[in-house]
Parts: sequence; structure tokens; C-alpha cells
Amino acid sequence: MSSQHADFPFLRTRRQVNQRKGASRALRIPLIAGGATLAALGIKRRSLLGAGMAAGGGLLMYRGITAKGAWLPTLIHVRKSITIDKPPEELYRFWRDFENLPRFMRHLKSVRSGASRLHWVSTGPLGKSFSWEAEIVEDRENELISWRTLPGSQIENQGTVRFQPAPEGRGTEVRVELLYRPPAGRVGAAFAMLFGEEPEQQIREDLRRFKELMEAGEIATTDGQPHGRRSKVTTILKSVSGFGRSDEQMGAQRVIS
Amino acid sequence: MKALCWYGKEDVRVETVPDPKILNPRDAIIEITRTAICGSDLHLYDGFIPTMEAGDILGHEFMGEVVETGSEVKNLKRGEKVVVPFTIACGQCFYCRRGLWSACDNTNPNAWMMEKMYGYSGSGLFGYSHLMGGYAGGQAQYVRVPFADVGPLKVPDGVPDDKVLFLSDIFPTGYMAAENCDIKPGDVIAVWGCGPVGQFAIRSALLLGAAEVIAIDRFPERLQLAERGGAETLDYSRCDDVVEELKFRTGGRGPDACIDAVGMEAHATTPSGIYDEIESRLMLETDRPMVLRQAIQACRKGGTVSIPGVYAGLLNKINFGAAFGKGLTFRMGQTNMHKYMQPLLQKILDGAIDPSEIISHRVALRDAPRMYKVFRDKQDHCTKVVLDPKAA
Repeated sequence: MSSQHADFPFLRTRRQVNQRKGASRALRIPLIAGGATLAALGIKRRSLLGAGMAAGGGLLMYRGITAKGAWLPTLIHVRKSITIDKPPEELYRFWRDFENLPRFMRHLKSVRSGASRLHWVSTGPLGKSFSWEAEIVEDRENELISWRTLPGSQIENQGTVRFQPAPEGRGTEVRVELLYRPPAGRVGAAFAMLFGEEPEQQIREDLRRFKELMEAGEIATTDGQPHGRRSKVTTILKSVSGFGRSDEQMGAQRVIS
Repeated sequence: MKALCWYGKEDVRVETVPDPKILNPRDAIIEITRTAICGSDLHLYDGFIPTMEAGDILGHEFMGEVVETGSEVKNLKRGEKVVVPFTIACGQCFYCRRGLWSACDNTNPNAWMMEKMYGYSGSGLFGYSHLMGGYAGGQAQYVRVPFADVGPLKVPDGVPDDKVLFLSDIFPTGYMAAENCDIKPGDVIAVWGCGPVGQFAIRSALLLGAAEVIAIDRFPERLQLAERGGAETLDYSRCDDVVEELKFRTGGRGPDACIDAVGMEAHATTPSGIYDEIESRLMLETDRPMVLRQAIQACRKGGTVSIPGVYAGLLNKINFGAAFGKGLTFRMGQTNMHKYMQPLLQKILDGAIDPSEIISHRVALRDAPRMYKVFRDKQDHCTKVVLDPKAA
């Protein structure tokens, strides 16, 4: 774990990375459910094998319940990479102009950069928004940009993006690492609604949009195209889940002007 | 506008929906002059393809006139006649630049869905489920064409629509299937399925120099059409053992390449067919690959199995041991449309082939729902349905 967090001395030294050993969060439900089933079957058998099954089931349930970040993740670490068929310089330049980020990061409304400060505003549910201040920790031209929030931010996070040449003729490997602490209380609930259960997926989709914007000059979309009458169930599901929310609603600008 | 919308298994309707509009700078709006029902649309009609939503507009074989272009589309002008490829490609990613247009990285807004199923996502397709991007299709009066600066092929004035319409999918698809066989002089090619793609695979294999093409089907009109295209025919319903028959006809060698132009919804009364029927009804497999099994079994040692027929999910009891034991090569995938359209248009203009000969029905768009059923059930000697959205 510690080697993965080499880029995040700030958070690591504060020892708030959840280091508890155990299964990952995704396995929680299958472990508990599978364990319970196995235990129940074992108890029914009333034999030596049954006792073993019950014990095994119990152990699985225990692992599920104590799974890493099982109930409330204290710190979320996301790593994603994508290959973009453009030279590192071009990608670095686009990213380094932080005001470009909302063009492909669906949840960002704006980023304003001052002398050494960045002011981020993200969209939130019901028209609310979050904001935070960040500073650039490291900036290596055409290679790497690293930032972290300043103390007192609503959403504490730090991130690094690297631009490394891919093997011959394949462009650039872009790697993003992000470490953030979801806020507590009501802000936290709103935050969870905003970023959903799968922050990894959000980052992956942001990177995909970055790639589309850089390679194809626009982000593929079907928002606003015609269709026949939708069923009510689909419409409700779409309005509740994050997917299907239009880029316009999220304030993303699609086009490199 | 009027458009054919999907509402569920065997439920498609022509509805009035909003006109499409330009959403991105590389979009164009096309007024459709001709569109067709594809054999693969029948997989949607039969409810075989997941992630369809009620109200989705179908259709991926279409052509028409440019009525509007986005700010980045410099090569098309209002009024120009174009055929549109069914795969949507950006033209600028790693895959497009290597001719693997159907693997385009940048055109599927729902790539994450396909990544979950397949590991990686291919290009977006028109009118073919949300898994494939959820793009509205072209069985309609108008359609929005994304990345219109790289996809649509301009058609010279005076060429009838019916001759070039199939450049949108089935002609290139059949051609790529034949090209994938890597045909050498003397090669015998067996083609399973004499539907539209099979017909073009037969003709393309002969254009590419095959010594003989053996076409396998059971519908007389389809076998006749194959014969007209230059193939020998094999009616499997009158044959005890297709593999043995192919062996006999090829002097015991077996076909040099086998083309499966049937795909996931094969049906037969053989044990293999009954097995698939049961397994697929029990949801133990999603596709019914009996043609694929037969092709693997029939193919000569070191030969090629080329698969233009669509498969979507999980296949059981594949005789992979036979494939390994004979050292077979498998070639498959969605067609790299953009690579084939211009050269195949030239073949049409040169008179080497007339794709319109496979058309059995020409009807108005409003008749589409009925024609889906006719085409699916192969009633009325139906081989290919072309729709005219302008007809009253």
C-alpha cells in the first residue's frame, strides 16, 4: 500500500490511509451472503463436514464484515491510465491550463487558476455546488502535474497526472492517481450522490472524454437525439442514476474552440 | 419525422418523433432516401441483443442527401448524395489509423458497458443497442450522422440508390468475410447462410479468385440467388451430413475456408441444433453456434474460419479441440467499413457486381413493422427488404 502512495506524502504522513487488512469493498456482499449460505447449509448437515462448512461460512462472513473500507471509506485511492494518440507535450499543455478540465471532467463546473492557487467548483445535486482551493505541488513540463487541496477545503484531495511516451507510434500513456477523503455529515451525503459508488468509474470516464477531446476533437454523445416514447421505468431509472445525465446539464463543454 | 422504433421482442412501430439536430461539430444531418432491414436487425427484433430501450430508433443500412453539416464537416455539401457506413469511426485514433475502423476508440458513448462485457469497446454503431453506443438509427426520414467528415461516401450523380445502398453494410461485410479467407488460386470456399451477407460473401469470394464456392442453405430462393451469383449449392435439409458432403465434394480435403454468414440465431433439427435450442431457452448459453461448430469440423487442416455472422455472448460446446488439432485460423468482427466502401463503389461502377439483385421487396417505411416479420420468417420468398421513407 505504501509504495502506491509514494506520490501522496501529505496524506500518508497523517497516517489516515485505511490500512486494515481484508477483502476489498466490492467483495463485501458476496462474502457475507456466500458465508451465510455456507454456514446455514453446514448447520443443517449436523456432521463433521457440516461443522467445517459452518465454520468456513462464519469465517467468510467475518471477512466480509471487516472488509477493507467495508462501511465507510475513510480515504479513497483511485488509479487509472489511458493511452492517447497524441504527443505528451500537447496533452500536458491542455491539462496544465486547468480551466480546460471542466471540458472533460463531468462533475467540474469551473477551475480558476490564480498565481499559485487553483479554485475548483464542482456541480452538486439539486443545483448546489462544492468548491475547494488547491495548490500545485509539483510541475514537470510535459511529464507530470501534482496538486493538493489547501487545509480547510470541503473536499480534501490530492492528485497526480503523468504523461509518459507510449511505445513506438502509440502516443502517450496518461496516468492519474487521486486520493481523496469524502467529507462527513450532510456534505458527505451530497458528495456520495455526486460521485456515486464508483469513483473509479468516474475517473475512467473523465479520462475517456479527455482522450476523445484530444484525438477526435469532440466528445461522442447521443444526448439530444430523437427517440420514440420511453417507458416510465427507464425514465425514472435514468433520472436517479448518474448515467444518462446530459453533458449540458453537467456543464461540460464538448468542443475545443 | 417518422421513424421505426423498437418497443420489445417482435414489437417495432413507426412513430412520429422529433427531427434530429446537430449535436457536435463533426455531425451531419442526412435526409434518408433509402434504408434497409438487415439480417442483424432481426436479432434485435427477436430480443437477442441486450441493452435495448423502448423507443430506440432502429436501422443501420441507409443513404440519403446531406441537409445540414456541423462546423467541422468541410467535405460535404447540402444536397450531396451519400451512403453512410453502419460503424461510426473518428478517423484519428490508433485503430482508425491502422484500418481497424470498427475498433475505433472514440465513438461509443457507452464504452464502459461494452468494456464490462468484452474487456474493451469497439466503435459505436447506428441503431444497435445502447451497448453499441445507443445512436439513433436510419430507418427514419432523417438521421444524425456523427463524424460525418470521415464516414459518408459520396455517390456520383445518376447511380440508382438500390445499386449502392448496400455499401452501408452487407456488401463490405460479405467482402471482408471473403477477404479474411486469404483466398489463393484453387481454393474452395464454403459459405453457410445464403442471406444477404452470404450472397455478397459468395460473390466476393469469386471476385477474389476462389476456384469454387459452395453455398449452404435450405430456402430454394436463396439457393437460386447463390447459384446466380456463381456458387454451387448445398441444401442442408436434404443432406444427412453436411461435413461429409463437403468432404466428398472437395475430394476429401475439405473447404480451404469456411464462412459462417449465419451467426447466433442458427436453427436446425440436428442434435447440435436441438442442444442449442434447449440451452438457450434455459439461459445456459446466449448464442446458438451450430453453424460455427459445423464450419470448424468441415474446414481443412490449416484452413480459415471467417465469421461475418454476429455473435454476442456465450457459446457452449465449441469443438475447440478440432480447431486446435487442425491449426485453424479464425477471422471475425464488425466490418472495417471505411476501408472497403470506396473500392467496392468502384466495382459497382465498373459493372463487376450489381448489389441490387438481392432485393426482393421494396416498400414504404410505414410497412417496415410487417416486413420485419416477413423477413424474419422468410415468407414470400423474402431475401432483402428496402424501405423508402419518402413513399407515401
